[in-house]
Amino acid sequence: MHARPSVKLTQLAKSFAATIEVATDEAGPWVDAKSPVKLMRFRAPQGTRLWMRASGEGAEQALEQVMSLVARNFDEPAATTVGGSHG
Amino acid sequence: MAEHLLVGVASSPGLVSGRLWRPEPEAASQTAGPASAGDDEARLRRAIASAGQALAALLDRLDGDEAEVVGMQIAFLEDDELARPAFEAIAAGQPADEAWTAAMDAEIAAYQASDDEYFRARAVDFQDIRDRVLAILLGDAGGVLEVPDQAILLAAELRPSEFLSARWGAGAGIALAQGSPTSHVAMLARGRGLPMVVGLGDEALALRGDALLDGAAGTLVVEPDEHRLATAKARLASETAGRAEAAAFAARPALSRDGVRVAVQATIADPAELDGLDPAHFDGIGLVRTELFLDRPERLMDEEGQLAAYSRILAWAGGRPVTVRTLDAGGDKPIAGYTPAHEANPFLGMRGIRLSLRHPDVFRVQLRALARAAATGPLKVMLPMVTLPGEVAAARALLEAEIAALAASGVAHGRPALGIMVEVPAVAITPERFDADFYSIGSNDLVQYTCAISREEAASAQLGSAADPSVLALIARVTAHGRQVGREVSLCGDAGGDPVMVPALLAAGLRSLSVQPGLAGAVKAVIAGLDLAASGEPGAPSS
Repeated sequence: MHARPSVKLTQLAKSFAATIEVATDEAGPWVDAKSPVKLMRFRAPQGTRLWMRASGEGAEQALEQVMSLVARNFDEPAATTVGGSHG
Repeated sequence: MAEHLLVGVASSPGLVSGRLWRPEPEAASQTAGPASAGDDEARLRRAIASAGQALAALLDRLDGDEAEVVGMQIAFLEDDELARPAFEAIAAGQPADEAWTAAMDAEIAAYQASDDEYFRARAVDFQDIRDRVLAILLGDAGGVLEVPDQAILLAAELRPSEFLSARWGAGAGIALAQGSPTSHVAMLARGRGLPMVVGLGDEALALRGDALLDGAAGTLVVEPDEHRLATAKARLASETAGRAEAAAFAARPALSRDGVRVAVQATIADPAELDGLDPAHFDGIGLVRTELFLDRPERLMDEEGQLAAYSRILAWAGGRPVTVRTLDAGGDKPIAGYTPAHEANPFLGMRGIRLSLRHPDVFRVQLRALARAAATGPLKVMLPMVTLPGEVAAARALLEAEIAALAASGVAHGRPALGIMVEVPAVAITPERFDADFYSIGSNDLVQYTCAISREEAASAQLGSAADPSVLALIARVTAHGRQVGREVSLCGDAGGDPVMVPALLAAGLRSLSVQPGLAGAVKAVIAGLDLAASGEPGAPSS
């Protein structure tokens, strides 16, 4: 994932007690959604399909909000991301 | 001494005539000093925390893109994962500085090895983080760069935090042996108006002396000869004068030296951009890029919200024409929940009018809001990415149906002119096949599709421009058709705001340009120096 969406996702994920994990493939590897360093290591270009899962306290609500952030395209203006328009 | 020319990659335009200036050797590449006694794990933890605090203090005096770059670095520093390998190495007996450097170098190498230019460019952000923490570990607080006036900073790389904390003298510039035009530093340099060239090669680092840096051409000339210096001085003087002149020209209509009137309109992406702009400085709005404010599915369906936005623009324009482009989503402008997510080649896929005709329920909302807004002023509707004549016919039928429905229910409305973007060569080659009320050249995409170059990659982006004879020939073909049938042809791509391109565009017959509002003065100043009466008119000898 690009830097800006990674940081937005981790900031939101950190606001929940639940364990939230992200993958770029259903089969994993799954990484902690609270770690921007791990999310960036996917080096996933824009348009990559993301898989999410959560467990623990308030998992359902956490998952719902995280999915909603992704559905809103990380609240990014359409064509402006740091580092290039393919962000 | 003979002059020496190096060619790099243009990253931020502008000219510097000055002296090469090398900062002090970087701490990062030096071997670590003797580790002080004490707990290495605690030392690294303290160094990371204090680097984070220093960045947070820096963040307080930044905003916009600059704040964002620093904010990301803070987020990475706060992530335990970043230093986890270093702490493991410390537990295995390595000193803190070595463990940290090795862990970060592994992270950086993985970014440098990426196939994706965006991720390769991020390596510098991690180098910046590495060096900040290392400097603290080694007891060096990290000096602030003091770049003298007219100095050309010459370095292998420049970190975003170095750029931001540096004091830049007047007329300074940046020459990097490595680097990328898509790096954060390149973006920051463009924002500050500091000329910058990257990718000059490591041999540049050995150079000393007087030099000329051309951030638009991407060149560095060391020990320039007298002729080149004189030319550069003249250009610098005219650029300085040009800025003052442009400000004076902005308020006046664009007239060529021999009295030909050229329309200079504004391109906007959001009605809020109009605040503080004087409508009298423009011949209307040549392009409203609606996809940049209708960027969520719920806004696409909000007819009243759209009506308010379009009416606000028409009210600002005060009777001048306003051209609104229907949703141009897709390509590099995805809208989550609307554009397809997994196209192998989105620039050649479902975008613009292709997508609108696929989603008539969404398209109708926009057409209806536009027809209603047309009751309040001279509104024109423009279709993006048209390729087939049938697309114009289908859009016109949808627009007419909405107009009929509005009339039937007694809602105030108008009948906006319906025109098309000319950005696909299929249209530019045979414009006569398209029944459009007006044509507007979308030069960015027309260049991309004509020259088969990606706008996304720095290396290929240099291979095409609106000045390419093939692109100019296509533009001339469309302007000739427009004159023949008496329909307006304008241009709304970035080339229209580029003073270097403007003469060629007008020679190709264009008499209407839509530009970023801040560029109107410079464009009008260029036009004032041209003779146009003999060019681009019917029957004019081709010169």
